[in-house]
Formats: sequence, structure tokens, C-alpha cells
Amino acid sequence: MRVGNDRPTTPVPARGLAGYWRDYPRFLWRMLVLATDGSLAFYAWMTALTAVFLVGANAWANQVADGMIRTHMTDHVSWGLYIANFTFMVGLAAGGVMMVIPAYLYHDRRMHDIVIIGELLAIAAIVMCLLLVTVDLGRPDRFWHLLPFIGRFNFPISMLTWDVIVLNGYLLINLHICGYLLYTRYLGRRPSARWYVPVVMLSIVWAISIHTVTAFLYSGLGGRPLWNSALLAPRFLASAFVSGPVFIIATLLVLRRVGSTLPIHDSAIRTLVRIVRVTILINLLMLASEVFTELYAGGSHTASARYLFFGLDGHGALVPWFWTGVGLNVAAAVLFLIPRVAESAGSLVVACAMAFAGVWIEKGMGLIVPGFIPSTLHEIVEYQPSLTEWRVTAGIWAFGLMLFTISIKVAAPVLSGRLGASGQA
Amino acid sequence: MSEQRRIELPVLGGVSRRTALKGVGAALGVTAFAVAVSPLRRVAGELTADEYFQKHYKELDEREKEAVLARLQEAAREEAGRNDITVSDDPPIPGVKFAYAINLSVCNGNGACVEACHRENNHDRDTNQSYIRVLELPRGSLGLDGADSTYTHEVPAPDKFYMPVQCFQCDNPPCVKVCPVEATWKEDDGIVVVDYDWCIGCRYCEAACPYHARRFNWKAPRVPAEEVNPDQGYLSNRIRPAGVMEKCHFCLHRTRRGRLPACLEACPTGARIFGNLLDPDSEIRAVLRHKRVFVLKEDLGTEPSFFYFFDR
Repeated sequence: MRVGNDRPTTPVPARGLAGYWRDYPRFLWRMLVLATDGSLAFYAWMTALTAVFLVGANAWANQVADGMIRTHMTDHVSWGLYIANFTFMVGLAAGGVMMVIPAYLYHDRRMHDIVIIGELLAIAAIVMCLLLVTVDLGRPDRFWHLLPFIGRFNFPISMLTWDVIVLNGYLLINLHICGYLLYTRYLGRRPSARWYVPVVMLSIVWAISIHTVTAFLYSGLGGRPLWNSALLAPRFLASAFVSGPVFIIATLLVLRRVGSTLPIHDSAIRTLVRIVRVTILINLLMLASEVFTELYAGGSHTASARYLFFGLDGHGALVPWFWTGVGLNVAAAVLFLIPRVAESAGSLVVACAMAFAGVWIEKGMGLIVPGFIPSTLHEIVEYQPSLTEWRVTAGIWAFGLMLFTISIKVAAPVLSGRLGASGQA
Repeated sequence: MSEQRRIELPVLGGVSRRTALKGVGAALGVTAFAVAVSPLRRVAGELTADEYFQKHYKELDEREKEAVLARLQEAAREEAGRNDITVSDDPPIPGVKFAYAINLSVCNGNGACVEACHRENNHDRDTNQSYIRVLELPRGSLGLDGADSTYTHEVPAPDKFYMPVQCFQCDNPPCVKVCPVEATWKEDDGIVVVDYDWCIGCRYCEAACPYHARRFNWKAPRVPAEEVNPDQGYLSNRIRPAGVMEKCHFCLHRTRRGRLPACLEACPTGARIFGNLLDPDSEIRAVLRHKRVFVLKEDLGTEPSFFYFFDR
């Protein structure tokens, strides 16, 4: 198994443990230098992201100081924008696996060269997930109560403890894969398959698990009929395999545009487009199946679905939001099926953006908020996020994008052999 | 790369311009971050190490528990400026399992129970919180469609009936199951309690409860000193911290001492019946024996200890 192209670098001979003590800090230092070096556009991009992140950090600090009253969540709608984005981001993290499967199970060389982008995306997305859950906590200072062995971890009864395990596990798995590949390539060695290929195989199963467990968080609640559906986990996976690949396609096109040294071949993009063509239709089919089941039989347990689709008793804040999402998903599906669209980078990015936004609406606020409307006592209280919630969420997105940008920036020259322990910067 | 082009500054001798700029950028970034999160200092100062590292309720031994109760009592007295406040922790009484029943033929929706709960349990005055919600429902159905708990007109309204809803102290409680940190559990007398000092405020229990029985402290509760109920319990009505869950606890600081819940005492219609399910001579057992009772959303398998009936 190989990663990156085969540009030869002079291999650094193995020097045992002592060598690592010297090489590893030097590696980290070089990465830090690399991460902070760039063009004016790079600095402008990072500065803008930093500014948004700081606004979010400030909004969160105020939320902690004043209480969650700064959000527009209530005892009726007790989860909102944070958990909606959390759910979506878990999908994005899992979606990266759609590069790993062709690269490692089908031995697609071209995909293999750039598969690390999917793994780096998983890292950034999982970090965002952890932040989104943290900002949703009323008592973030008590996070240690949630640590296994130190706090009181209600495992295996609470699905949330399963989520803690699978999300952190997925983070560690991907940190290991990316860290190992980058470090060996930096040293000019060929990565040894037994140190990472089994972990890659594990990561494929694990990617499925993170989104299944996240779906079980909701589908396990008998008192919330909208979520209490066996189709929820498969739907989550189908939409994850839309949002992940479209984000990666767009990333690859952008990287090519900014002149990245990664060998981004057309065939890798074509493979991802072929995957999206299938998953986007499966996702729509499942959505249609839910809509039919909810509407045809009727009854009071379908009230949330009716609220979401058409509004209920004059309340319909989510109706335009939901249909916008459906419209974007359907339009993106049509665009992906037109061969010409995939041939030009411009139209492909538009199709990707539409699919991405469509899934963000459908699996974000379009799923979490109507679960609470009407309430379990059938009262209707609507919800729209407060400015604090938008700021905090935007801050976390900015942080995730910073992480993703820097990690690709560091990975590209190492993987393409332009930067190594023995070579020149 | 510009790293080769060195500039000589008195302070930064021998450092490239790019590295110097990076240093300035990093320093600016760290400073800006510190300023951005500075509101945290407003709460960080209030938290003592004893509070922060306090163990889970079930892990406290007798001595530790007493220290915690003494500390909470001291803080509550200081906060309200009143020396009559006590924070106790009455254990469940062996051989007792509490249950509640409401006669819907009698309840007229006057809301005295809601108000009594609000005062008894030191609820936040600003949000007018209470553990009880009285639903006004159209006659002709036992479904909850059309439920309204915000009515302000004279009661009883024609063609309506009233259903007070609070925590049902389920024998199979979904809220306890989902809690990731075991901050909520079922006591031996059937009461589902919350350790306010352990809850992390994720609100998963609030999503899981099919009866909307749980409440979150979206802000620190505010109760005027003269209105504070001084008879407080660790697991019941002591003034809660911000950011944690709370719920009806059948007034355990009263009922575990043989008194009745505040909502029952306040009810002017006599619709409420409370007692020990394990005592064959109790009134609640008589209700279960002689009335055709039902529970809300029986199909969910939550097994409530809270019953409704009509007797005319």
C-alpha cells in the first residue's frame, strides 16, 4: 500500500527510539511553520475565520455567564441550532469514508493519493461535533462527570455514552491514520501497512457506527413519534453519504484552483460524483417513504410531521425552511444526473453546494426542531435561533474550517514529497 | 522564501521578518481570545473547589453528605439573609411507595396547585416556573389534541375539562434511562429525583420524557428573600443552580415526613389523592380498587405512578 506519489526523497535511516525523540519534535515544529506560512489570500482567509471564531467564543462566554436564557430554546423546544448542527456534522465526519472505501477496498490508485482529505475532514468535523455538544451543555464546567471511570458514565444504558465513545474513538482513529502517514512520509519511509491498514478497515466500520449511534439517540425516544422511526439510522447514513462526498468534491475543486500540490486526478472526482448520484436518490427515496407513512394514515402521532410539511393550527415557521431543503435536494439530484454538469467545475460546485445545503436543512433544524413541536402534551411553541446561537454556531464552523484548511495545507507538501526530514522546505 | 531576508531590530535581533510577524499575529490572537472569553470570569469566581469536585450524591458517605448540606444551607442563608433556612436530606421510608391520583370529574382548572408548587418549590419568579401544567381539553376526547395550558379565562369553561400534568414518577422512566451521567434516578419510594449538583444540563431527559414533566434552569432562579420557602431538601426544593434539570419530586421534603404534597393541600376541589401504594388501607388504594383509573400514554410502557379517573 502506498500513499502519495512516488517522488523519491532520501529515506532517513531508522535510528531507534532515540531518533524519534529528536525527529518527532522537529516534525511538529516543521508542521507548525508550514501551517503558518502562506500567500496573502491564505492569511486573509485565516484572519477572517479567526474573526468569526472570536465572535463565537465571546457569544459562548456570555451564554455561560448569563445562562442558556441567551438562546431561544425553551422547555418546549429544548434542543435547537446547536444539536441540529451537531447531527449534521456527525454525518459529514462519517461521509469522508466514501473516499476510504474506494481507495482501500477497491484499490482505486487515484483516490488513494488523496484519501487523506476524507480523513482530515473527519477530524475537523468530529472536533466541531464535540464543540457543538459542549456549547449545548447547561454546565460545561461539569464535563468531567461524563468521563468514563472518573465521572459516572451511564454505559451501556444511555445512548449518549455510546456517542461519547464512538465519536472520540473515531477522532483517535483518524488522528492515528493521518499522523502516522504524514510522519512516515516526512521521514521519507514507506508507511508500513500493518501499522495503519487494519486501522483504516476499522475506521470504515466505525464511520457507520458514529452515525448509527447518533440516529439511535433520537429514534430510541418513544415519546417523540417523528424520531421514533426505524428508518432514521439508514436515512442518516444515506444523507451523510451525500453531504460528505459533495463537500469533498468541492474541496478538491477548490484545492485545484488554488494550485495545491496534491495529485487531484479527474478520476477521483468522477468516482465521488458516481457515489453521490446513487446516495442522493436513496436519500430522497427514504424521505419520500417517511412522508408517505406519516401522511397517509394520519393520527395525532403524525402531528410533528404535519407541522413540518404544512404547518399546524396556523403555526408554520418551518414549512418554507423544509420545502427549501427538499427543493435543493431534488434540484441537486437532477443536476447530478445530467452528465454535462459534472464535466465543468463551475456547475459541479453549484450542484454540490445545493446538495450540501439541502442535507443541512433536512437533517439539521428540519429534523431536530419539529421533534419538539407540538410538545409531548400537544402544545405548540415555535422556535427560531437567537443571535447568540447563530454566533456560537458560526464560530464553531469557522474553527472547523481553520482546522481543515491548516491540516490540508500541512499534509499536501508532505504527501507530495516536497517536504521531508532530509529534503528542503 | 523570505526567511532568508533578515532584518535587524533591537529587540528581535536575528529573527526573520516573517517569523516576527507571525509572533505578533499569535500574540494578538491569544490576547483577542482572552478578551473574547473574559465574560467567563463572572461565573468562574463564584465556583469553589469544594463545589467543583463534589462527588455524586450516591457516592457521598454520611460525613461528606453532612458537610455538603451544611455548605448549601450556609450559602442559602447568606443569599437570602435569613437564618431560618434548613437544607435537609430525608431518606425514603421503608415500606412506602408513593402514588398520586386525580379526579378529573372534580378538577375545575383553577390552577391553585400550579401556584402552590411555584411557591413551595422555590421556583424562578421571572419565568413563573412550576412543575404542574393544567391542560384545558375539549370534551369528547381523551387525546391531547387541542391541549392548552395558557388559558386565562374564568373556569370551568363550557365544553372543556381540565387535566393537571406533572411528573408521573414512572416505574420505567425514559428520562432515567437516557441520562449519560446518572444524575437522575428512581428512589426506593418510587420518586424520580435529580442531583442538581451532578447534572451537566444536556437536556436529553427533557427530550425523552413523554409527559413534558422536566424543566431546565435557563437562568439562575430568582426568589425574593421574603418569599423563599425555608424548609428545603437536597433532592427537592432547594434553590437550584443555573443550567441544570429539575422536576416534580412529590414534595419529598414534606411527604417523607408524613405531610401531603403542597399541590394537594392547595387544591380547593378535593380532586387530588395521594398516598402509600403499599398500604392496603390507604385512600390511593381505595381509588385504584373502586374507580376505573387510567394513565396517560399507557402504550409507551412507562408505567406511571400517577392515575386519573372520572367518577361521574
